[in-house]
Amino acid sequence: MNKSYFEVLRAGVNTTIQDKGRNHLYHVGIAISGAIDQRNFALSNKLVENQLNEAVVEFAYQGPLLKLKNGKINFAISGDIFFKIIRKNLEVEEGECYKGYILEEEDQIDIISTKNSTYGYLAVNGGYDLKKAWGSYSINTKANIGPNEGKKYSLNDKIFIKKPNIKNLNKKNINYNYSTDNIIRIIKGTNFDYFSKEAIDKFFSEDFLVTNLVDRMGIRLKGPKLENIVNTNIKSEGLVRGVIQVPADGNPIIMLSDHGTVGGYPKIGVVIAADLDIIGQLTPGTKINFKEVSLEEAQNIFKAYTDETNKYLNECN
Amino acid sequence: MIKNISNLGDTAVYCNFGSEVNESINANVIDYFNHLSKLIKEKKVEGITNLTPSYNKLIISFDLTITNYKTIKNLIEGLTIHRDIKNNNQKIKIPVCCDDEYGLDLIRLTKKLSINKNQILELYFNKEYFCYMTGFIAGMPFLGDLNKNIRCERLETPRVKMPKGSIGITEQFANIYTFESPGGWNIIGNTPKKIFDDKNLDQPALINPGDKVSFYQITKEEYLNWNE
Repeated sequence: MNKSYFEVLRAGVNTTIQDKGRNHLYHVGIAISGAIDQRNFALSNKLVENQLNEAVVEFAYQGPLLKLKNGKINFAISGDIFFKIIRKNLEVEEGECYKGYILEEEDQIDIISTKNSTYGYLAVNGGYDLKKAWGSYSINTKANIGPNEGKKYSLNDKIFIKKPNIKNLNKKNINYNYSTDNIIRIIKGTNFDYFSKEAIDKFFSEDFLVTNLVDRMGIRLKGPKLENIVNTNIKSEGLVRGVIQVPADGNPIIMLSDHGTVGGYPKIGVVIAADLDIIGQLTPGTKINFKEVSLEEAQNIFKAYTDETNKYLNECN
Repeated sequence: MIKNISNLGDTAVYCNFGSEVNESINANVIDYFNHLSKLIKEKKVEGITNLTPSYNKLIISFDLTITNYKTIKNLIEGLTIHRDIKNNNQKIKIPVCCDDEYGLDLIRLTKKLSINKNQILELYFNKEYFCYMTGFIAGMPFLGDLNKNIRCERLETPRVKMPKGSIGITEQFANIYTFESPGGWNIIGNTPKKIFDDKNLDQPALINPGDKVSFYQITKEEYLNWNE
């Protein structure tokens, strides 16, 4: 029996493999990577009865066109995605997110685009047949680490699937309404007092535009210039996902999963853990606002976020 | 030792060892880093996902579903740290080509610093540097200290793509862009040498904290024919 795989007939804009991420390597300069939207990543795995940390295909904007070779699989897509299933006999089915499908040999999945978001996830039952690098399947295209030589997928690549032809192919679904928010909650950063009173007022009251400079490393924003009254440089020091750095030009940059592990621009704030999925999904042209919360509030919000994720995971049937 | 501990968002602890940059403060940071790394390896602490030592800070990232700021802060405050006498300092030599197509900011720097290109290069190559930390991108070393006459600020707006191998300077520091990446340092040349090796799982970075690094100039021909 030949191995099952997806043949990449169109690669899409940025199609990679992601999982929960890669830890304990910040000190050599390797980011955590992992799925940008961790909740949708977990939901996609749940829909195909995988362990929640199984590797999935992550795509951005226009996704891939994939043809299944050899075998029969169960797959699901999560996110806010427009996709079609093209059957071997050329019948076309409109795809629905948060729903399990069966795919037969020579059938195709055409992930046409994300809607009001950037990333989506394609999980297959049993997972993909890949090798871990430093404890994770995540592809880090900046350091060329992970499956596919650490590169995003291109035309004619093959993505192998671990264990096709399972006996009971269940078609599960989750009643999940994808939603987003323009209010981003933050905790004051370690250089909050580098900024003038006016800059702080503007930071919390005015709109910030998500520019075209958005990728898995970070998001560059454009808004009122945030005046720094102490020093526009700090000695380079560690960063984490969600840190908002402000370079000398006054325009904030939010760090995402593939961010540089250290940075030398002052940190005005840090996006709370519960809002990381939301910021990762922001599309260019969106306007956002920042709202301050305390550490204690952030921890409570995170608890509520985790409970809500678990509620959806438990509702999957 | 640690001057003060605060939170960096809700998933990291920020340990401040001081504001100056010198080898002694940096050694304190590395001692804490080594001690915590050992605790993690021996599974004596739960929930820590990353440690990021830098010149004078140590950031401890954690999984908020397992632990929280208060627990990690208490752990750090309760540690007794012994000076790590292990000496793993290596001496490393890095080849650099400084032709204008590689030294992207040299011309701008001659104006900014009011000295000519040869003087900048002479001051740069005439020194041995100490590696304070690695990071930003995989294996990038942060080296110091530059001669006072060639110190300059970061670029106002960072470049979106810095060529792989670029040698950057800012303030009293030098670094090497081990991969193409965004970046804000002033570029004076480029090295063909492999600084990061992902096949070497134990020590992927060629240059590590505590190492001494010197640079030497090569011609464009030597650069293009570089073979490892």
